[in-house]
Parts: sequence; structure tokens; C-alpha cells
Amino acid sequence: MSFFDKALGSTREVMRRDQVWPMLMPDAPKVNVDKDVILYVEGLSVSFDGFKALNDLNLYVNDGELRCLIGANGAGKTTLMDVITGKTQPDEGSVYFGQSIDLLAHKEPEIAQLGVGRKFQQPTVFDAQTVFTNLELSLKTNQGVWSSLTAKISPVESERIDYVLNTVGLQGQRQLLAGALSHGQKQWLEIGMLLVSQPRLLLIDEPVAGMTAQETERTAELLQSLAGEHTVIVVEHDMEFVRSIARTVTVLHQGSVLAEGSMDEVQNNKDVIEVYLGSET
Amino acid sequence: MSNLSNTIQKYRLPVNTTSMFVIVLFAATLLASMANLLVPVDSALHVSTYTITLLGKYLCLAMLAMAVDVVWGYCGILSLGHGAFFALGGYGMGMYLMRQIGDRGVYANPELPDFMVFLDWGELPWYWLGMDNFGFAMLMALAVPGLLAFVFGWLAFRSKVTGVYLSIMTQALTYALMLAFFRNEMGFGGNNGLTDFKEILGFDLQADSTRVSLFMITAVMLAIGFALSQYIMNSRMGRVVLAIRDGEPRSRFLGYRSERYKVWLFVYSALLAAVAGALYVPQVGIINPGEFSPINSIEVVVWVAVGGRGTLYGAVIGALLVNYAKSRFSVVMPEGWIFALGALFVWVTLFLPKGIVGWVQDRFSSLAQAPAQSQADDDLEEARHDESIMINKELAQ
Repeated sequence: MSFFDKALGSTREVMRRDQVWPMLMPDAPKVNVDKDVILYVEGLSVSFDGFKALNDLNLYVNDGELRCLIGANGAGKTTLMDVITGKTQPDEGSVYFGQSIDLLAHKEPEIAQLGVGRKFQQPTVFDAQTVFTNLELSLKTNQGVWSSLTAKISPVESERIDYVLNTVGLQGQRQLLAGALSHGQKQWLEIGMLLVSQPRLLLIDEPVAGMTAQETERTAELLQSLAGEHTVIVVEHDMEFVRSIARTVTVLHQGSVLAEGSMDEVQNNKDVIEVYLGSET
Repeated sequence: MSNLSNTIQKYRLPVNTTSMFVIVLFAATLLASMANLLVPVDSALHVSTYTITLLGKYLCLAMLAMAVDVVWGYCGILSLGHGAFFALGGYGMGMYLMRQIGDRGVYANPELPDFMVFLDWGELPWYWLGMDNFGFAMLMALAVPGLLAFVFGWLAFRSKVTGVYLSIMTQALTYALMLAFFRNEMGFGGNNGLTDFKEILGFDLQADSTRVSLFMITAVMLAIGFALSQYIMNSRMGRVVLAIRDGEPRSRFLGYRSERYKVWLFVYSALLAAVAGALYVPQVGIINPGEFSPINSIEVVVWVAVGGRGTLYGAVIGALLVNYAKSRFSVVMPEGWIFALGALFVWVTLFLPKGIVGWVQDRFSSLAQAPAQSQADDDLEEARHDESIMINKELAQ
């Protein structure tokens, strides 16, 4: 009798029409942020031919934070991004995404699928394809070879693309080839490509390099609106820009963290002044 | 002017590239076949069997060019070794045709091909077993090149070998195979290769009807290959492949395992080349290690460059034109062809970077833009006209 009940119960469960079968639900990789920290970088060292690009670097980023990384050329900012996104393997140290995901054990495509998006220093969009296709390719769907043969855009995905086009202000350029966009528009498209994939963590390398003052202002607004829902790490040289968006700033110097805090704290930090002014004079 | 272009737009047939290609190809094939079989020999419209075979050969080479275009034009993998897959497919077919000779060979051995009798071999090597079965032989003609492409691609793309290094490796691959197939001990007929074929599936290979049938089958296979490739390139896979061509790191950071896409595209392309090779051998009547020579593979790249890479029909057009030119040129000056080919490649690279198709498209789009511009002018004029009416009205009041 109890067996019959069980069977009937599970049959009912399967036949329910108000919900999708659990096995068909996309299993979003779960990032454990119980402790409010989304990225743990500990004791990270990377050397290239004896040159220490990163030297025992420690960095913790909170969930939903907008963090700016600054530092002179060669301070290790880009190398740090390379390690987080799986492009470079470190000599020592650990990188954890949330409490449980070891990023060093994954390759670039897997890390992207886990929810870490990266914008390069140079805008890299697919020039030969339209703005819309660029965003379509960034959708977080099954990205395997065989499923791509029959993939179609679902209404939900199409809405998502339209939403992102509005967010980055490119709705008018929808069917334009990405190669025909201006430099600033390409930067926004690349940010849009990251947004379409709904990442938890966004790594953005020099978003306002080569932008006009107006474009810079719009970018600042855009990045600020993203924080909260996403965690954003921005690498930037433009101090004015950093001041306008930053809540917490981390200063890198020779591959490790020199100072961390609000913009004012950092600017009045003795070490920072010494390093910056020392190198200039 | 704008009226004319509007009319053209309105009455343009809703045909896409694939159906257009298939219609043209089939029409040409049918006409040529009918002109061979139905038109009497002494008529001016008669197409000789020699020409039919030549056309069939061109179509096989066009298919090979398409295979190279799939990986080079769409994914940026410059393969200089596609001749290897073509030749392997050809050897598969050749082995089947060899077994069909039976006891009609010079040594009249019902089991062993002539060259094995000549080498004093007692029995068939294991890899010749089953090749007398057409289905099995065709399976091997596809499986062997496909597997080779998979292993080669998997090793190369997983290690992120790209650009000129990959091209050199593909050259080495085809060169190594050529040296191996030249050896008599390999059991593929050494430098003479496989030849002296008699019949295929019981049909006499010298008969006009067999020749025409092979030609038509080649056209059908080319059409299928074209439609399939066009489908792949129009699917999301095609868009990912283009993305990998234009920015592989970006595509990886978006979550695509680019090496897997490249491997499967490479295998698909090798299979196309193998089919072309298998169809080529019964029509030309011989397969020898010369087909593996590196220069052959480079020649294919020139065809694609001339036609215009990145469009499948461009590769087909390039292959047909260059091979026709080769046939004509070789009659006049056989030694000069290789120099003419080199000069052609340099000339195309310098002056027609997008090939013939790209050049025609550019001319066409500049023609098409002119009416669009005049349409905009018309609109502007109309707006001005309205404005002046408004002003006149205000003045009148």
C-alpha cells in the first residue's frame, strides 16, 4: 500500500503542469557566499623568467562590491586577472570563487561558465558580426558543439538581449556590424556581452581608456548601476574616474597589495605617496 | 532610377544561396549529360565523354576547395595538408576498385592485385581484407581520414597550435604520408599507386553511361556538401566558428571550448575532402602518392583565395576557374604552370584580397547603395517641399 502511495505520489509530481521537471532545470553553478566574500585570493605568486609579476598577493572581495584596482604599470593588475580567469597558472597560492569553487582547477571556458566575466583592455568584440549576434554568442546556454548546431534564441533570451542593449545604450545599433562601432561603443558592447551571460563577478580592465569625457561619465554610471547585483572589479589608471566610482580601492605595487581603503584613505597613505611621488621625482 | 531599383527589389525571386547554387549546378550537370548521351557525336552541341570526365574531376576538386574554405575561410585554420585527406579517401576507393579487377589483371591472380604478385606476396595484408565490399570500403574511405583529422586536430588545437605553425604541421603531415605511400612495403602499390581499374559495382568504368553517372553523382554530392556546410555556417555553430576566427581568447572567456569547435570542424572538413577523393579516383582512373605531395595542398589554398574565402560558392568558383586555366595552360606550356600559379597567388593577395566573389560583391554593393542614396535624397526633397508649402500657407494668412 505504502509503495503504491509512493508511486502515485511521484507520478503526480512528474505530471504536475505548473512546474518544470527538476531534471530539466538549468543547474546554475552555486557560488557559496555565506561569509559575504565572493573572491578569495591568498598567497598568490607568479613569476615569468625570474621576474615576480605577483608576489604573495592577498585580496578579498565582498559579494556585490565595486572594487577598483590601481597601480603603476607592471604592478601585476593584468596578471592577477589572468590568474583569476584561468589564463595563467600561478606558482603558488590559491584562488577561490565563493567558499567552495577552486578557480585554479578550471580552464578559461569553465570559469566563464561558472560566472566570471572578463573585459579586456583593448575592446575585443567580434567585428565581422552584428551587435545582436555578439550578444547572442554571449548567452549563457549550453555552449557545446552539437547543441550549437540546432540552437535557437528563446523569447526569454531575446528579452535578455534587448534589456542589455538598453542598459548599454546600443539599441539603435542592433543590426550594425560590431566593427563599425566607435571605440567607446565597442567598450560598452563588450560590457554588454558580459552582462548577457549574467555573471556573478565582472573583471573590467581599463574601461575608459580612449573615451571622451561624456562617454567616461556614462561608463561610470553604468558600472555603478551594475554593482550590487554583480560584483565588479575595475582596473583603471584614470584617477578622476576611480574617484567618481570607487567605494574601496586596492593599490597594487610590485605584485602585492600596498594599501586598501577608501579613495581618501589611500591618497593619504604614506606608502602610496612615497611610491607614487618617489617614482615621479 | 529609384523606381527601377524598387521594381527590381519587388520582383526578385526569394531564393537563398543554397537553392541558387543547387539549381545552377544541376542545370549545368543535366545539360552536359544530355549533350553527351542524347546529342549525336557529329553534332556541334555534342559534349565528349572526355569533357564529361574532366568536368566530373573539376567538381571533385571544387568539393576539396570547399573543404579547405570551411576551415580556412570560416575558422582561420590555414590547412596546407588537405590533400592528405583527399588522397586517403581516394586510396579507399582505389583499394575497392583494385579488388574488383579480380583475375583480369596481368598475372590473373583472382585474389591479389598485380603489384602484390610482382612483389611475391603470398596473401593479402590484413588491411586489404573486406575492401572488396563496396560499403565497407567507403566506410574506410571516410573513417580513416576522419580519424586522422580527429587525432591531428585534437593534439594540435588542444595545445593551442595556431597560425603558421599549424600550417607547417599540416604540410609535414601530408609529406610524411607521401613518403610512406611511396614505399612498396606499405602495400599500396608504391610509386605506381593503384590503377588499371575495370569496373565499379559491376559497371564498366570506360562506358559513357558510367562516366556520366559518376559525373552526376559527383554533382549531387557537391550539392549535399554545399547545403550541409551552408546549414552549419548559418547555425549558431557557424557564428561561434567565426567568433573563434576573429577572437579566440574572447570566445574562450565567453565560455566556448574553442578547441572542440575547431576539432569537429576540422573533422567535418576532412570528411568532405575524403568524399571528394573517393569520387575523383574512379573518374581519373588512378591514385598514386603524388596526390599527397605538399604542392597539391598548397594549390587548393590558391583556388580558395582566387575564388574568395569565407563564401562556399567562392571556393567552388575559384576551383573551377583555376583548374580550367590549368588544363588550358598545361597544353601550351606544361612547365610554366607552376610559375603562373605562384604569380596568380601573389596577384590575388595584392589586388583581390577578397577573391573574385568579394570583388564582385563590392562592385555590386556600391551599385546597390547608389539607389538607396537617391531614395534618401528623394525623402529629403519631399520634406523640403512640405515645409515650403507650410511656409507659403503661413505667409498667405
